[in-house]
Amino acid sequence: MLEITNLHATVAEKPILNGVSLSVPAGEVHAIMGPNGSGKSTLAYVLAGRPGYAVNEGGASFEGRDLLALAPHERAAAGFFLGFQYPVEIPGVSYLQFLRESLNSQRRSRGEAELSGAEFIKLAREQAKLLGMDAEMLKRPVNVGFSGGEKKRAEMVQMGILGPKFAVLDETDSGLDIDALRIVGEGINRIMRAPGKGVLLITHYERLLEYVRPDRVHVLQAGRITRSGDIDLARELERSGYAEAAA
Amino acid sequence: MTAPFPTRKQEEWRYADLEALQPVWEQFAEPLTLTVGPGESFEEVWLPTAYDVQVRRIQLALGAGAKAQIFALNTAPVYGRIELEVSLAESADFELYGANIGIGLSTNEIVTTVKHIGVGGRSRQVIRSVLNGKATGSYLGKVEVARGAQQTDAEQSIKAMLLDRGATANAKPELEIFADDVKCAHGATVGELDAMQLFYAESRGLDPAGARALLLEGFVMGLWDSAKNGDAIAEASRDALRRAV
Repeated sequence: MLEITNLHATVAEKPILNGVSLSVPAGEVHAIMGPNGSGKSTLAYVLAGRPGYAVNEGGASFEGRDLLALAPHERAAAGFFLGFQYPVEIPGVSYLQFLRESLNSQRRSRGEAELSGAEFIKLAREQAKLLGMDAEMLKRPVNVGFSGGEKKRAEMVQMGILGPKFAVLDETDSGLDIDALRIVGEGINRIMRAPGKGVLLITHYERLLEYVRPDRVHVLQAGRITRSGDIDLARELERSGYAEAAA
Repeated sequence: MTAPFPTRKQEEWRYADLEALQPVWEQFAEPLTLTVGPGESFEEVWLPTAYDVQVRRIQLALGAGAKAQIFALNTAPVYGRIELEVSLAESADFELYGANIGIGLSTNEIVTTVKHIGVGGRSRQVIRSVLNGKATGSYLGKVEVARGAQQTDAEQSIKAMLLDRGATANAKPELEIFADDVKCAHGATVGELDAMQLFYAESRGLDPAGARALLLEGFVMGLWDSAKNGDAIAEASRDALRRAV
């Protein structure tokens, strides 16, 4: 479903990704772990199309299409979603307006009918409730005044509302307390565990993986995948750290 | 006995488009005078008209304890000027929410003089400008606090968003204070759309123009939140912003 081949990328002319190759088949959840500065967030941003992240070699395809040739909003309409490590605040724009316009923009470009105001509110309320978020918060400006944990939970509500085929979740577990971690883990399973869907989960900690149970775990170090395995690899890393694992 | 035509040497006309003003000057030479009686309330919404040149010159006198709220959208295609001279008697309350949304080569300006004459007056001025192309948007705002107008509480918040390199924003808050127990605050910023906010919105599926329009709405629309009859001005500013994107 997502095929990353020998991906090289630079940020401000500094090489960060040095040949990442990775394949996530439909129906699977893969985790990427790795030390700070290994390129995990850069990989997420390159896949989502953040300006300033230049690909010099290699590529990525999504359901057979050249993902990197699409503009960020076209990637979203194709079913690609990035859960941000640091969700962005947008003062003056309510979450409801933000997501309704985003969803309807996606639906228009796929040739689907737009949701009416009432249909959208119903969907938004359902998804907020399933993730234990007070639906009243969706009337507030996007992420303004939200705590770190609330922002991460709101990212998952967005994912539930937008209903992507593939999600890259960049440290969605950081900033969450134990209960929120479980709710978010269950949310990922509910929204994304399906035959035609896939997830790339970027995390520092093994804990979320106990809820989400990835099919594969990869270690990213110095801009390359250095090891791959099953969930036992994540447990090993938790015990021994990255320095040991690389040896 | 028309008032003499202004020149750019006069500070309050410094950024004006006098060539555009000349042919219509006679209509606007004398400011309109409005009075709000003691304890009364007053709300006005000033919408743009269909003319190339749109000028409003108003003198507003607020009696003791009077309240006035003015919501003004300035988006003339050639030259727009909203000029307000307000005097506040004891405990009067004045609020101005104004936007300059300028396109192309247009000049839009909001020029105010707020005179706190009585004790305990309060004034708030919130101005947002969105400018594209080579448009100019200005705010010149003078707050005068008379001797004896103690416990005056005055605020000016001015923010401008430049969408193109050729656009110009002028912001000039000015204070003249002759009392010693007053609060007078002002802040002015000029910036461009935030790249990370744009990317975030696009990553959710908004195309670049839609993302810019949404962020600009967020920047401007809060101005009209407290208007009782704010629907028309909200709709007109949404239209103007769509044209500016």
